[in-house]
Amino acid sequence: MSKIYAIASVSRRVLPNHWDLVALALIMAGLAAIARAYHGISAPLPSPNEPVVSLDYWQLPYYALRTALRMFAALAASFVFTFTYATLAAKSRRAEMVLIPVLDILQSVPILGFLSFTVTFFLNLFPGNVLGAECAAIFAVFTSQAWNMAFSFYQSLRTVPRDLDEVARGFRLTGWQKFWQLEAPFAVPGLIWNTMMSMSGGWFFVVAAEAITVGDTTITLPGVGSYIATANNAGRWDAIAAAVATMGVVILLYDQLLFRPIIAWAAKFRVELSVGQEVERSWMLDLLARTYWIRLGVRPVFAAIRAAGYWRLSFPKLASPAAPAKKSNPAPSRAGDVLWVAILAAGALWGLWSVVAYIGKELSWPDVVEAIVLTSYTLVRVVVLMALASVVWVPISVWIGLRPRWAEAVQPIAQFLAAFPVNLLFGAAVSLIVTFKLNPDIWLSLLIVFGTQWYIVFNTIGGAAAFPNDLREAATNFRIRGWDWWRKVMIPGIAPYYLTGAITASGGSWNASIVAEYVKWKDQTVTAHGIGDYIAEATNKGDFPKIVLGVAVMSIFVTLFNRLFWRRLYAYAERRLRL
Amino acid sequence: MLDPASTVLLDVSHISQTYSKGSGETGAPVLQDVNLRLKTGEIIGLLGRSGCGKSSLLRIIAGLSRPTQGVVTIDGAPVEGPAEGVAMVFQSFALFPWLTVLDNVEIGLRAQGVAPDETRARALKAIDIIGLDGFESAYPKELSGGMRQRVGFARALVVQPQILLMDEPFSALDVLTAETLRTDLLELWQEGRIPIKSILMVTHNIEEAVLMCDRVLVLSSNPGRIAAEIVIPLPHPRDRLDTEFRQLVDKIYALMTQRPEPKPAGREAAAQGAGLGLALPLVSTNSLAGMLEEIAAPPYNGQADLPHLADSLQLEIDDLFPLGETLQLLHLVEFADADIKLTSVGQRFVDMDVDQRKKLFGEKLLSNIPLAAHIKHVLDERPSHRAPSTRFREELEDYMSEDYAERTLRAIINLGRYGELFAYDENAQTFSYENPQ
Repeated sequence: MSKIYAIASVSRRVLPNHWDLVALALIMAGLAAIARAYHGISAPLPSPNEPVVSLDYWQLPYYALRTALRMFAALAASFVFTFTYATLAAKSRRAEMVLIPVLDILQSVPILGFLSFTVTFFLNLFPGNVLGAECAAIFAVFTSQAWNMAFSFYQSLRTVPRDLDEVARGFRLTGWQKFWQLEAPFAVPGLIWNTMMSMSGGWFFVVAAEAITVGDTTITLPGVGSYIATANNAGRWDAIAAAVATMGVVILLYDQLLFRPIIAWAAKFRVELSVGQEVERSWMLDLLARTYWIRLGVRPVFAAIRAAGYWRLSFPKLASPAAPAKKSNPAPSRAGDVLWVAILAAGALWGLWSVVAYIGKELSWPDVVEAIVLTSYTLVRVVVLMALASVVWVPISVWIGLRPRWAEAVQPIAQFLAAFPVNLLFGAAVSLIVTFKLNPDIWLSLLIVFGTQWYIVFNTIGGAAAFPNDLREAATNFRIRGWDWWRKVMIPGIAPYYLTGAITASGGSWNASIVAEYVKWKDQTVTAHGIGDYIAEATNKGDFPKIVLGVAVMSIFVTLFNRLFWRRLYAYAERRLRL
Repeated sequence: MLDPASTVLLDVSHISQTYSKGSGETGAPVLQDVNLRLKTGEIIGLLGRSGCGKSSLLRIIAGLSRPTQGVVTIDGAPVEGPAEGVAMVFQSFALFPWLTVLDNVEIGLRAQGVAPDETRARALKAIDIIGLDGFESAYPKELSGGMRQRVGFARALVVQPQILLMDEPFSALDVLTAETLRTDLLELWQEGRIPIKSILMVTHNIEEAVLMCDRVLVLSSNPGRIAAEIVIPLPHPRDRLDTEFRQLVDKIYALMTQRPEPKPAGREAAAQGAGLGLALPLVSTNSLAGMLEEIAAPPYNGQADLPHLADSLQLEIDDLFPLGETLQLLHLVEFADADIKLTSVGQRFVDMDVDQRKKLFGEKLLSNIPLAAHIKHVLDERPSHRAPSTRFREELEDYMSEDYAERTLRAIINLGRYGELFAYDENAQTFSYENPQ
């Protein structure tokens, strides 16, 4: 090789290429946007009468930015929570005894229910500043995102392949090294999937948390959610449409700019024996990979991160769940367990007692009975609507799922639709109910599944698409048709997928009831009897004992419903019907 | 390569391992009083059937699990945790799918805090020796099985262990690839190009053991004990068709088909439930019939040499022995040295049609396998003629580990269904006589 050629190639290589320019423009735009939003966040709290949100369309991009930042802040918090909480639960047997049941309950607690407490708490934390209200909104979104991410991470940590674990131990990796070389990478695919689900579900809560009234305190943060709330109060259809369009654009942007690249990059973390048939691609990742300067700049950062993963740190010694049999007598550890359980039981009893004492001061048995009756109404609503949604959507989804080209197009759309909060339908619901003098107890129920039915749709499509072709051919060959085809062939085949979707949808519907049973449009309010309405009204009045009671009763119902119904059904489907 | 003056590198003495049951009490032993000494310059093969505890033993030696009793020392130092100076090669390769070949090889060194330059240099050298040049930046899932296992070897060699532990390293590979990898490894070893002092390998492949090892230790099952030691004095490279080679293979086959000696008296009350402690392998009833037919047909005509039979049926010993053993338990075949022979009953079975076969099979099951008779007895006694499987599982667990009990139960359900002795409802987990009408 001639020297001249070598030099020429070097000088050409240090110049940024045109991909650098495109990527740089995107990155700068992102930074500028964040800077703009930051000024809004650190501003003092506006006086109660000052209008915070205008229905001007041109304000929408800024509002969308603020809302998106809130969601990402919550996502960051969720990651911190996931990495600490789930890791502790997976590494320490005693911590696991507490943390996992707690997480399970937290999943069932209606998030909007305890929004009222956190709002008061955060406002007092930063008096006179928007930051307090921001934190309250972020916290609300966090509570909707964190639990399933933590669960996914915990489950991954507990199912690390044994041989890889042995390699890590055999090479004497420290706890820190093993976490970053083995456990965290192994958990990546599940965590990313759950992060995307969380992000989608978070819209519902950010919209609710941006405009909320707790007793005398009214909070309105600039954002898409408060824009929707303002539009609902003003009865402006056009503003609702503009909000829908804005949300669509935002979701599309973070999907294309963030999640797709991450999914494409994370394909390597899947533990599988061969290269998957379909390789995820992302134009954004391709773009970044083609840049020169940006890659050059990023490389040392990645190298540093990887080096950090090899720091010889070890975690404090915890009672490992998979600890090999020790030679020493296990008796002391068992005594420790007994003591630990006793302490936990005492703590739980004390907690229960303080809740009962708090509620008992202002409320009496009839209130409890009322809450239980109202929760039963909501339960009926959830059950009936889930059944209805299933009857309507399962056949349609199966039809779509069996046609690969349709499935490919429809599945992302269903996932996309799941992000849209029910508040967008308030205008339509109130107008229809008032115009046709409909019974709100029946017709408001439809709103409960508005946002959640999509989980059933895209999971069922996924199930039908994964249904083995030879079984379908066999069914056709033996001329199994009609009801028999559904009962013996298709329903068992999609059951595990359908149930995954239905469980998510059911949980979401309980949460949605708080919004969907108490609906306002202009100056009209329509309510349905149910625990959601009960909690929503108590929140408006700032009646804290009633909120606690309502949330507690609802949580108990949801937990029991999950344990007695969904879990068993799912376990059965996993055992008998997984193909 | 074996030098009589060589020193003992690894000393395994009186190792026993029991797995504790879920309830905390100790269950049946997996390994019982295992002793072995690995000298410098030696390749030892641990040969045994699946589930004999050979992999457990390897993990105890590597310090990945603790024995219930006994001590392992490496170079005189007791092993009390993942040991320095040993590295392991896995049957499943156990590569990190998110790391490239180079990163996978480097992981052991980086974890120990070796300087990046040195890590890179040593990793590249190991990759070069093992024949992975050009694949440094590939991900494991892009590689074939053979190349993956080469990464596994490079990863183990790069930390310069004294002892290389291999857990059935070639059994997940196709015949051709496995043979190439074996000869490559042996050549490197013979030429002293890899910095290992000794190799301990676990295998279930008799020919592989004879091909590679200086000594072969045969492990018996349930509990795992060293049943025999065979020295392989043949010089390398060894020829599979060599008479001496064949004789050694036959000898080991014969050793491995011997009926396990009766258990030491007094361990279990002999009177009650005698014979229930017989662990059954899980085999397909089709394969049982198929094997009988194969032995009956020419060229064997009722008597077959096991290595040949394994070859013609294309079965590994892990498949072959369970079949042979089950047939032997039912008195359909018998073993003589390395040969398997049809009994008169076996010959009759082959000549029957399907229904007659099933009837005969059921009779033989009842008269020869105590567990089958026991289940039938319990069903007869109960007015409902139903019995939950947990009942029998718990009885079995008095004699064997949970895994064995589970497998034995699965096996008897399968055999019982074929012999039409009883029905089993998977949903209700109960035995009964009721088959759908």
